[in-house]
Amino acid sequence: MVTAAIWPTLDYSRVPYRLYHDAEIYAREQERIFRGPVWSYLGLDSEIPEPGDFRATWVGDTPVVLNRDKAGAVKAFVNRCAHRGALVRREISGNAEQHICIYHQWCYGLDGSLMAIPFRRGIRGKGGLDPSFEMRRHGLRPLTVGNINGALFGTLAEDAEPLEDYLGPPILQQLSRLLDRPVRVLGYNRQRIRGNWKLYAENTRDNYHASLLHEFLVTFGLDRSTQTGGVKMDARHRHNITWAEADSDTDEFAHEAYSGVGVRNDFLSLQEPSLVAFRRERGDNLNLVVTSVFPSAVFVQISNSLAVRQIRPRGVGEVEIFQTMLGYADDPPEMTLHRLRQANLVGPAGLVSMEDGEAIEIAHRASQPDIDRATVIELGGSGVISDRDYRVTDVPLRGFWSYYAELLGIEPGGAVR
Amino acid sequence: MKIDRAAVHDLLAEYGALIDLAKFDEWLDLFAEECRYQVLPRENFDRGLPAALVYCDSRAMLEDRIRALREANKYNIHIDRHVIGLPRIFDNGLEVEAPFAVYQTDQEGATRLFATGLYRNRLEISGLRLKIRDKLILLDTFAVPSLLATPL
Repeated sequence: MVTAAIWPTLDYSRVPYRLYHDAEIYAREQERIFRGPVWSYLGLDSEIPEPGDFRATWVGDTPVVLNRDKAGAVKAFVNRCAHRGALVRREISGNAEQHICIYHQWCYGLDGSLMAIPFRRGIRGKGGLDPSFEMRRHGLRPLTVGNINGALFGTLAEDAEPLEDYLGPPILQQLSRLLDRPVRVLGYNRQRIRGNWKLYAENTRDNYHASLLHEFLVTFGLDRSTQTGGVKMDARHRHNITWAEADSDTDEFAHEAYSGVGVRNDFLSLQEPSLVAFRRERGDNLNLVVTSVFPSAVFVQISNSLAVRQIRPRGVGEVEIFQTMLGYADDPPEMTLHRLRQANLVGPAGLVSMEDGEAIEIAHRASQPDIDRATVIELGGSGVISDRDYRVTDVPLRGFWSYYAELLGIEPGGAVR
Repeated sequence: MKIDRAAVHDLLAEYGALIDLAKFDEWLDLFAEECRYQVLPRENFDRGLPAALVYCDSRAMLEDRIRALREANKYNIHIDRHVIGLPRIFDNGLEVEAPFAVYQTDQEGATRLFATGLYRNRLEISGLRLKIRDKLILLDTFAVPSLLATPL
């Protein structure tokens, strides 16, 4: 049984490898995090525009259906029949009047309520269910759904804080910035990485790795740590925004900073420069904003490519990154083409993201045999967890672990938050 | 130049072999001067959604991809093996569809099926050679294992 004694330090600057590899810890995460008082990203309002539109998704290991009911309200419930525990809705998306389990045809409405059971009264008065069976007590288990500018979040907990409070002002401000106009889904991509889900959650909060692992960023001049940028967290430090501003450094400064770093710094140019050309879309100069929402959502703007990533744990040793690529509904065709070209930057084949798959797999593989040893998280300093106005930092990882420890009930006395 | 079945077979065989041999410059040379190359998840194709995993709508972009692969990207160390199935040939040989499977083998000799799907090629005659004008790779294996670096 894992306890607060697992932490070698009180500032989460050491994370024991055990936390990435232990099946019991994984089960506790499912119970206390994903089925606990967090809000998980479910999908987008615009993915289910019409009554009856549904999408199947996941909250941790739990299968969930998201749909729009006949009155136009978004409902979400656990995708599991009250009768035998079977998956009710098997398709990933579609439109339906109701959800019927194929096993024994139990039928649920778009609000998740149990509407009909075949042979409920038996045949010729024999068999079936006892008249005392209460249909209303056997609906699909509902999630509470919240909507922030068209991004839908859900929680299975009855005691979760309000969604706006959970996200906090910096995240709300970023979501209202990114989703300031109606969005259009351009497509989806998926990547299955042989590593623990938390390695990915850390990766998205790790500003330090970006220009070192993803050499394309520096080599082809898309993003470098010499630009103005930093990390900004919510008050509890569970979420994080990594940000950078376009054209905020000089080639000379970057050349000097990267000399001797092991990343090539002679700055090549592409034959097709539009791949990395940033077009300002609003009154700021941010060309990189990675907004990580605990536990499993990441809203991403890299240049003009826009996406939401959902981290889907698949057991202790595998994670699926499900990414929804976005544009705005009012994008002219030429802007859509620009975004489709810049989609080359992200996803499993992304020019500035493919490496994450490899980095997570090698970290997962090599840490497995020595679960009592620990990672080192000290870039940007140890001790207090706070925002930084520079990029060579991994402080937000410690924020992630701090809230993780609280939810799992393994927060040591005197630990930083 | 008459396009016969043998010429189409040769092009497909070269296509797979050059990737497996990591001869990417020769592989690029199979494409026409004006060309397009896309890897599109089946999930998106079926829903009419345009976002691809790899989207190169010019020869320049395709060359940039290969240059990035050499100069910047890091990926799982592996070899590819393309197994390309019998093509269906339409429009006097200018439209060619072929199923494919790509296996990846790591440095320790462990092989896995990495991707399967369908090539949809639009070809053109360039001088004495048959070239790829438009290649749409419909990726059945759209839950990409680990990552996609070397071309499919």
